[in-house]
Amino acid sequence: MGLMQLFKFKGGVKPATNKAQSVTLPIAKAPLPSVVAVPLHQSIGGTPRPLVQVGDKVLKGQMIGEADGWISAAVHAPTSGTVREVGMYAAAHPSGLLTDCVVIEPDGEDRWIERQRVDYKALPPEQVRELLRDMGVVGLGGAVFPSHAKTQASRSVPMEELVINGAECEPYITCDDLLMRERAAEVVKGIAIFRDLLQPKKVLIGIEDNKPEAAAAMAEAVKAAGEDFQVVSVPTLYPAGGAKQLIRVLTGKEVPANKRSTDMGVQCFNVATAYTAWRALGHGEPVISRLVTLTGNVAEPRNYEVLIGTPMDELLAIAGPKPDTDGIIMGGPMMGFLVPEAKAPVVKATNCLIAHSPALFPPKAPEMPCIRCGACAQACPHELQPFQMYWFARAKNFGKTQEYNIFDCIECGCCSFVCPSRIPLVQYFRFAKSEIWARERDKKAADGAKTRFEFKQHRDEREKQEKAEKLAKAAAAQAAKKAAEAAAAAASEGAPAEVAAPAAPLATGPGDTPAGPAAAPLSPEEAAAAAKKAAIEAAMARAKALRTQTQPQNTDNLTPAQQQEVADIEARRARLREIAKTELVHADAPPAATAPAAPAAPADNSDTSEK
Amino acid sequence: MLIAIAIMALGAVVLGAALGFASVKFKVEGDPLVDKIEAILPQTQCGQCGYPGCKPYAEAIAKGEADINLCPPGGAEGVGKLADLLGREAKPLDGVEKPPQVALIDENTCIGCTLCIQACPVDAIVGAAKQMHTIVESLCTGCELCLPPCPVECITMEPIQETVDTWKWKYPVVELKRVA
Ligand code: SF4
Ligand code: SF4
Ligand code: SF4
Ligand code: SF4
Repeated sequence: MGLMQLFKFKGGVKPATNKAQSVTLPIAKAPLPSVVAVPLHQSIGGTPRPLVQVGDKVLKGQMIGEADGWISAAVHAPTSGTVREVGMYAAAHPSGLLTDCVVIEPDGEDRWIERQRVDYKALPPEQVRELLRDMGVVGLGGAVFPSHAKTQASRSVPMEELVINGAECEPYITCDDLLMRERAAEVVKGIAIFRDLLQPKKVLIGIEDNKPEAAAAMAEAVKAAGEDFQVVSVPTLYPAGGAKQLIRVLTGKEVPANKRSTDMGVQCFNVATAYTAWRALGHGEPVISRLVTLTGNVAEPRNYEVLIGTPMDELLAIAGPKPDTDGIIMGGPMMGFLVPEAKAPVVKATNCLIAHSPALFPPKAPEMPCIRCGACAQACPHELQPFQMYWFARAKNFGKTQEYNIFDCIECGCCSFVCPSRIPLVQYFRFAKSEIWARERDKKAADGAKTRFEFKQHRDEREKQEKAEKLAKAAAAQAAKKAAEAAAAAASEGAPAEVAAPAAPLATGPGDTPAGPAAAPLSPEEAAAAAKKAAIEAAMARAKALRTQTQPQNTDNLTPAQQQEVADIEARRARLREIAKTELVHADAPPAATAPAAPAAPADNSDTSEK
Repeated sequence: MLIAIAIMALGAVVLGAALGFASVKFKVEGDPLVDKIEAILPQTQCGQCGYPGCKPYAEAIAKGEADINLCPPGGAEGVGKLADLLGREAKPLDGVEKPPQVALIDENTCIGCTLCIQACPVDAIVGAAKQMHTIVESLCTGCELCLPPCPVECITMEPIQETVDTWKWKYPVVELKRVA
């Protein structure tokens, strides 16, 4: 406990600590529960992907949910057993809604996977971070932010202080206190991991001065480990255990809401997080249990080592809740919440369960109007103006609450604690914050919908245009063809006698001629097939001839001069076609004659008529 | 007297020119009122307002052709915001407000006709001819436009369930008596 200059944060309150009840007994191991329900999403960031299916046998410590992305942390089976369900289960959440869980029925053997301790000092830091993520190490102070993602110093600012948070300022909670008293050596080893990753100039362990035993144990462990960490007693003042407040007290630095603490050369971890980091690397044990304070309206308040996933009601029963217990508070009385569903499982964020009773927490008298006394502003550790935020949150004027920096509020509850009008200020702020988030989500969705709608319209427009262009092209081609046909017809009309006469023999001719000579040398089947083919071709030729005859022609009512002109043009074309055709015929084998035969007919005719 | 008139006239000319210049120089692209109205509309693009999308409705409101209470997805809150923006009287919604919903394709019944894809205004449906189709839930605005074209009626609307992530703290007043 070095003599160092401490700073002060603004505001703060001194509620009754109620910690003495639960520190008299050492940490005990909670018995194996009848069922464990492990929520997949237990940290800030991506929801882990389940790795097991119903019916799978799992071992204690086996990964059952794989981290999804960098800001995410794996989850593991807290004991050996059989997976009974992968699906929705009550969540440890104020909403009382369900969340994705892996429900395991323990087999009672509590059999571990093969645990591998690693010499993290021999590994590159990147790999150590990955290991921490895959071991499910997250901030156990309550924020459950994946720890590995906090072990990267800022590129531009050198790391100065590593702050280790053992303040534990919230009333009733003593799990960090007991952890430091009983397992200080391993906490120190865990701190060394974070120190090695971040390489700060100094390490400061902040402990509130109402925990002298813990501070002494830590100081001794630091000495025994030969480390140069400083154990610092900080004044007991709620919320000294808030990360920003502790950083302020120990370093004098103010971390603004929009900045990461590493941007200020400082980082903060909870003592329990350090402990689990060491268990993960030094013992190969992923985070499958944590210390939970059972206190409040119970016969024997005490700290237990509890498997993650243990149903809260089952756990609280160990401490012997008194008959008038009517609820469970998860967390402390300042920042915790009444658990709507008692069978909700203990999660990594569960540091304390308080048995609630009307005697212990008498219902507040009704809210009175704000008298603008300013007590809340004086108590606020973030120097906000709670009465202003309250005013606008109450009026649902959320834009204004943001102008008063509602997102800097850490929901510590100091303002509600001091308010003489008993206004539940924090609840208004939570309400306003979640409304603002919802609005932002809606706005984002609406913007996305608008963009996609506009894109679709644009695409439809483009497609329509392309189609129109294609149609226009096709129509143009059709028109050209028609014109050609019309011209041909006109030309033939110029010599109607010849057209009518040769058309018939030519149409049938090709059918007869090839079939005739072919029939002799070929087998009967082939002959039949050939005959059939010829018949079809003949029919097609006939149909074509018919069509040219019956189709209305735009050359029907032309003056003789015009007809002559059309005929001239057609004759020239026909000659060209004739030239092309003779070349084609020469190049092709004789049977091909059937193909050019029909079109050749009028050509021949017009040619001769020309001559 | 004459000089005074001349000065005033000159002033008028100079200021007029300045104003004219400013109006050209600082011309606002698009119609800011339409954009503001459109920002309030929910972009569901359902056409329930009688216009082929939110933007046309916004334009109609801006022109004074349409009333402000025609958008059911926007709900009473939307009407209120429009009334605030336009300085008009808020009025009850002309239509029924529904809880937020998404469309769901029964994938066993879907015949892969692609008709719903063409109907969806926001490209929230994926699929190909004769292949099973599905709806990307996060993109679906719940406009119901895909329901009528489906020849096998395999699309249904499902209300969006609240999750732990989308859950909202309630307005405190009601809770007061229950909480510690
Ligand atoms: S403490 Fe309560 S009464 Fe006083 S200003 Fe704040 S909100 Fe109003
Ligand atoms: S709950 Fe928010 S507003 Fe109230 S004292 Fe704490 S930080 Fe300040
Ligand atoms: S009713 Fe509302 S959401 Fe639907 S198109 Fe009209 S403005 Fe858009
Ligand atoms: S999927 Fe159906 S309901 Fe959803 S946005 Fe598209 S058309 Fe509308």
